[in-house]
Amino acid sequence: MSGRKTVLNAVRGALADVPGYESPDDGPLPHGRRADHAGPDIVGLFTERAAEYRATVVRATAADAAAAVGRALVRTGARSVVVPPGLPEDLVPEGPWSRLEDVPRLKVGQLDAADAVVTTAATAIAVTGTVTLDHGPGQGRRALTLLPDQHICVVRADQIVPDVPEALSRLDPYRPLTLISGPSATSDIELDRVEGVHGPRILDIVVIVDE
Amino acid sequence: MSGADNVVWLGTPAFPEAARTALADSRLRANLRRATGTIRDKRLAVAAELEDWEELREKAAAIKRHTLRHLDRHLLRLEKAVTAAGGTVHWAADAAEANHIVTQLVQATGESEVVKVKSMATQEIGLNEALADAGIRAYETDLAELIVQLGGDRPSHILVPAIHRGRSEIREIFLREMGEWGRPAPEVLTDDPRDLAEAARLHLREKFLRAKVAVSGANFAAADTGTVAVVESEGNGRMCLTLPETLITVMGIEKVLPTFADLDVFLQLLPRSSTGERMNPYTSLWTGVTEGDGPSDFHLVLLDNGRTATLADEVGRQALSCIRCSACLNVCPVYERTGGHAYGSVYPGPIGAVLTPQLVGIENAASLPFASTLCGACYDACPVKINIPEVLVHLRAEAVEAKRRSRRLPTIEALAMKAAGAVLSSPRRLAAAQRLAALGGRLIARDGRIGALPGPFARWSGTRDTPAPPRESLRSWWRRTRTTARDERHTTAAEKGRR
Repeated sequence: MSGRKTVLNAVRGALADVPGYESPDDGPLPHGRRADHAGPDIVGLFTERAAEYRATVVRATAADAAAAVGRALVRTGARSVVVPPGLPEDLVPEGPWSRLEDVPRLKVGQLDAADAVVTTAATAIAVTGTVTLDHGPGQGRRALTLLPDQHICVVRADQIVPDVPEALSRLDPYRPLTLISGPSATSDIELDRVEGVHGPRILDIVVIVDE
Repeated sequence: MSGADNVVWLGTPAFPEAARTALADSRLRANLRRATGTIRDKRLAVAAELEDWEELREKAAAIKRHTLRHLDRHLLRLEKAVTAAGGTVHWAADAAEANHIVTQLVQATGESEVVKVKSMATQEIGLNEALADAGIRAYETDLAELIVQLGGDRPSHILVPAIHRGRSEIREIFLREMGEWGRPAPEVLTDDPRDLAEAARLHLREKFLRAKVAVSGANFAAADTGTVAVVESEGNGRMCLTLPETLITVMGIEKVLPTFADLDVFLQLLPRSSTGERMNPYTSLWTGVTEGDGPSDFHLVLLDNGRTATLADEVGRQALSCIRCSACLNVCPVYERTGGHAYGSVYPGPIGAVLTPQLVGIENAASLPFASTLCGACYDACPVKINIPEVLVHLRAEAVEAKRRSRRLPTIEALAMKAAGAVLSSPRRLAAAQRLAALGGRLIARDGRIGALPGPFARWSGTRDTPAPPRESLRSWWRRTRTTARDERHTTAAEKGRR
């Protein structure tokens, strides 16, 4: 008998006590009434919470966003910047860095050698200080935001939602999704939090707010 | 090879004996006290931020319990959705079958090494050993798993398998072993966790960049969309899930959730309960394969390995709701003192004490349901409200029953319990026994306590001090004083009647 049949038969045998009228679809609803964990100022909360996890968060107007990206690159002394397809042209200013376009696709060695990557986001979560990527235009395939040591993520204030449920309801489950809360970290040594292991060790978030 | 061979470590002593050794290790106790103390405070702080924390727990428990009651249907939906999204689903009844499937999949790629994301399921089936037998080297990439692998050690915690190691021990392991496995540790290495993390980054980076095959576990899988989720902190998970061409995910069948939307409850509960963070640094979600992004070949191995046996027990089945956060370990007074190795299982602590005996059969882990004081801290901390004390008591009864079945003669304990049953069911016999105990107890007690007893009683008295019985039992005191009180009341009533 195949593993599939063995396992399914074993599951059914184990559930002999479940009455036939009970349906797999009458379970509890995931979206019941919920408490508001965010309060009225979700942009303020997002900024505060992301910074608590050691992301560097700045606010900028749309006109000043590129300058903010430039300042983040200057701060770390980046020499090369990965620019994903679909990123607004003017978001990465001219500077002492080279631009690496992912067309044709960059090899992992090239990505590993790159200093930084600049992306947009799909949405952001205020309560948890999370940016969410769906790896669409402006964000690039997943490897682009993984290998360079600095990730600069540009988020519009209207993309910030209060909490996890709102973010998930906005995301397309059929796209690869990455939820990022602060730079790479570990608590594996004496349960003491240390920032910076395998993922980008530096996370910059630029929040674009109205004038 | 049966599944039980890996879930419990053969040849390790039963809990009471192993615990005694662990308790004598003062360095271990210091490491554990520091680590669990830190994480407990963090968890309480972030849980307290959500005023509806209890409602979230209730909701999560309800989703998990209901999903388990229709597990076959949800698994079939998951299979359909993953297949539709370009993945391949495999089913494994036990560890041997799962290991065989994974080994064949790796061999089909022609590769002789894989990178691994931390996974309890692959730990449970002994996948690394099975791959090694086939000439395939598996590299653990989670920092704690790396420490365990390099140290030739065993995991002692669900979330932080190297929790029993302090920073200076980790430094020694890195200096000694990293060169054997790949890039050596930097010559100058301090025991600052920052430096140790940097050494791990450098050591593993070359492996990530050249890896063609990755093996992962899964925290959740949504049946409606086929989306699989891996929750992590370091980015090693993202490396494994993104860079290789082939991804093989081994997932216990109980990890399925009905819908993608159900994830919201669990993504709020899991990070807060496990690392005490509002959100872990990285959560990866993927559905089958995506053209031009990540692995082009995705395999999902659905693992039973004792889970359906657990599911068949109406009381014990709730243990399958576990989301492996390890909050119960961190709050457990027994775990904090003995550490994880004493449990002799990949699943230590309170959840291990209820899960392990069910996965491998009570006769293979009979001491574990007793490895608890039943204080209930684990139940309070559990984000999916598994009533661990209830299951422990249920399993204790099963352990006693299994022992009875396996012997021709009744145990001393069984005889004592039978005698106690006879005494407690008759007021006359109880009174006689209490009089006798009061006399006998006071004869052997010292300073009001009964210490070590001889013969068959030694096993009871060896682990507890029993207060000497009082001169007079409650029952006889009650009868003596109550009778007087009732007489007085009668008199009063009679007097009132005369007025």
